[in-house]
Amino acid sequence: MTNLDLARLQFATTTIYHFLFVPVTIGLAFLVALLQTAWHRNGDEGHLRLTKFFGALLVINIAIGVVTGLVQEFQFGMNWSTYSRFVGGVFGAPLAMEGLAAFFLESTFLGLWVFGWGRLSRRVHLATIWAVALGAALSALFIMAANSWMQHPVGYTIDQQTGQAQLSNIWAVMTNPVFIWGYIHVILAALVTGSMVMLAVSAWHLRRRSETPVFHRTAVLSLVVLAPSALFAIMVGSHLGVIETTYQPMKIAAAEAQWTTCQPCSFSVFQIGGGNRDETPTKIIAIPHLLSVLATDSWNGQVVGMNELNAQYQQQYGPGDYVPNVFIQYWGMRVMAYGGTLLLLLAVVGLWLLWRKRLDAAGWFLRIAIWAAALPFLMNTAGWLLTESGRQPWIVQGLQKTKDGVSPSVGVTTVAISLGVFVLLYAVLGVVDGALMFRYGRRQLDPVPPLDEQGDPVPAMTY
Amino acid sequence: MQTLWFILIALFFTGFFVLEGFDFGVGILHMIVGRTDDERRVVINTIGPLWDGNEVWLIVAGAAMFAAFPGWYATMFSSLYLALVLLLVSLILRGVSFEYRGRRAGVRWRRTWDWLLTVGSVLAPLLIGVALGDLLVGLPIDSAQEYTGSFWNLLTPYGVFTGLTLVTICVLHGATFITLKTTGEIRDRAAALARRAAPVTAVVILVFATWTQLTINKGVVPSLVSVGAVLAVLAVIWLIREGHEGSAFAMTTIAMATTVLTIFADLYPRVMVSSTNPDYNLTVANTAAGPYALKVMTVVAVVFFPLVLVYQGWTYYVFRRRISAADLEEQHHAPAATAAAGD
Repeated sequence: MTNLDLARLQFATTTIYHFLFVPVTIGLAFLVALLQTAWHRNGDEGHLRLTKFFGALLVINIAIGVVTGLVQEFQFGMNWSTYSRFVGGVFGAPLAMEGLAAFFLESTFLGLWVFGWGRLSRRVHLATIWAVALGAALSALFIMAANSWMQHPVGYTIDQQTGQAQLSNIWAVMTNPVFIWGYIHVILAALVTGSMVMLAVSAWHLRRRSETPVFHRTAVLSLVVLAPSALFAIMVGSHLGVIETTYQPMKIAAAEAQWTTCQPCSFSVFQIGGGNRDETPTKIIAIPHLLSVLATDSWNGQVVGMNELNAQYQQQYGPGDYVPNVFIQYWGMRVMAYGGTLLLLLAVVGLWLLWRKRLDAAGWFLRIAIWAAALPFLMNTAGWLLTESGRQPWIVQGLQKTKDGVSPSVGVTTVAISLGVFVLLYAVLGVVDGALMFRYGRRQLDPVPPLDEQGDPVPAMTY
Repeated sequence: MQTLWFILIALFFTGFFVLEGFDFGVGILHMIVGRTDDERRVVINTIGPLWDGNEVWLIVAGAAMFAAFPGWYATMFSSLYLALVLLLVSLILRGVSFEYRGRRAGVRWRRTWDWLLTVGSVLAPLLIGVALGDLLVGLPIDSAQEYTGSFWNLLTPYGVFTGLTLVTICVLHGATFITLKTTGEIRDRAAALARRAAPVTAVVILVFATWTQLTINKGVVPSLVSVGAVLAVLAVIWLIREGHEGSAFAMTTIAMATTVLTIFADLYPRVMVSSTNPDYNLTVANTAAGPYALKVMTVVAVVFFPLVLVYQGWTYYVFRRRISAADLEEQHHAPAATAAAGD
């Protein structure tokens, strides 16, 4: 293995790991804010207890989300110094904005929320959790703006003297269609993740008939958020696919294992093979015209095949292999899309049971809902693999290849050490975090916390 | 605008050490100044609402470097590689220890997180200090702005001493903070510790200041600012004894701020010195992003940074009270019977 291989492995591992926790933070912060708003409005103690209960899960998760995020900022300079030199003038800006506008907001107001019970007025304290939710959602915005620039670079010029990319139009960067639709898609995925976590935990308690009337509310809330989020995530994701067919056709062709150009194109539900340049995988259940519709919004749309694109890129950019890993693309796309469909189905069934007043007793459904909590994490990972692996061999589409972005001064042993350290550390922390989340998800709901004369929780230090 | 952003980055690093500096100090001292679990919890809770927001100053310093001086960011982060890995491990373990420590009642569990908090709080400022010192004393960098050394080249004597200096100031700064935010025995122990640590800190700063002058070839007489820092630290001894804890904290703030700022002041207009050849120095000019990017970033900073100062400042006002064991929230000890399976 070379330092490039290890650097790529490290970036993929640390990013996927970080993004296990981020959607939970974004989704759950929003849901906890809703719970606290409900308590604020109606004074019902059940909502206060639920706010604190799910709030505990939120902060346990945020702790590991924040620390794994530190590695991300450092890693660009550490492992990808040539990339950083080349794009820092464009890419660095959204990251700095993320720090100034989002991280400060999220971290400061989190402290105010956790420690501010009873110390701040109810209205102000409620605002702090909304600020946390906003901060989390904003940080995703800036990261997506930066990442989308890598997929479809806009608003830049190449400096004649230094050969570096320089920002020339910030509005172009912030209105990049890949960014806008990609961001909406990520936020919806986060809502899916957060609501699934809430649904699974609620379902667990409902199954054990522990505080049924109280957990019924979060079961309802999570279903009501899950259904539209899953539906729109699928629709927005689909639209993003059409956009990507324009800007990154190789990514889309590879996601369908489409080696030859087709018109119209059928969509294969499964395939056998398709790894390692297998140009004739066995496709199972091919739905005619569906790929044309998904990729181009038209019944007879054309999808350019990987072979044709590869030849075209060799003319345009020089000799090389411009085809990404088809196996990752094909299955990444399907794990994400099929998973999303299953979750939508789950949500619809859940809402139907709710309407028939059978939700709390439907043991079979509750069981499935608990296990289904694993799906969003698989889907989020699959989605990122789809978009990042699909970008290869480019680190910036059309401008810089991944192999040309790696730090020349960092040798293979050095990267091997850091990779080993992070894998070990993350594994240990993952076990600890998982154990705490399970413990706190399954614990009995606390009684109403001590309240003062105004009915506000008594101020207390929690660490 | 390149100079403006150099100043801003210097301010972000300074702000980081002034704010997270006392968080590090509290982390280092919490087992010394707190003898029981409740006492340790009190000490940790003095920074409970604050540490996370303070840590962001470092993230913003790094991100600002990336955006405004990509060449500096690229060379600095790739050259300091293994030191940064260790720094990240320290920050990660320290970071989760705050949240996870109280989640279980066991002695071994809490002890483990206590040690991780302490060690992380020592290593983080130490390593960042080594990094900042290395910027000034110089690292082997070639004409293409690439690092040509190994991990061991990072441990320059001056760099290591910069790290030790910053850790020392963190300890004193943390001690004065604890005297300001606690009562009774904890406060007394912190006060005693501060009075003993202050002279040591003063000597360390004096040596650091002298060594810095030598490094930048300005003779052996410490700068006026550094002498001011030394005097501020010495004043702590008297201020603590007289019970003027707020002023003592102000003094350690001054000592920390001036120490960090002078590194950057002495560095300018360079950003990283090349020990190979001064012609290969990284400067503000040869690492900066384009003017348009700097302009956009300036607008963003002008809008958001004052806002940040306001709401972070407000946080300190909200949590201005001293805390004691009476303020601790009762923590969950035994898991509920229904959740016992698999614990």
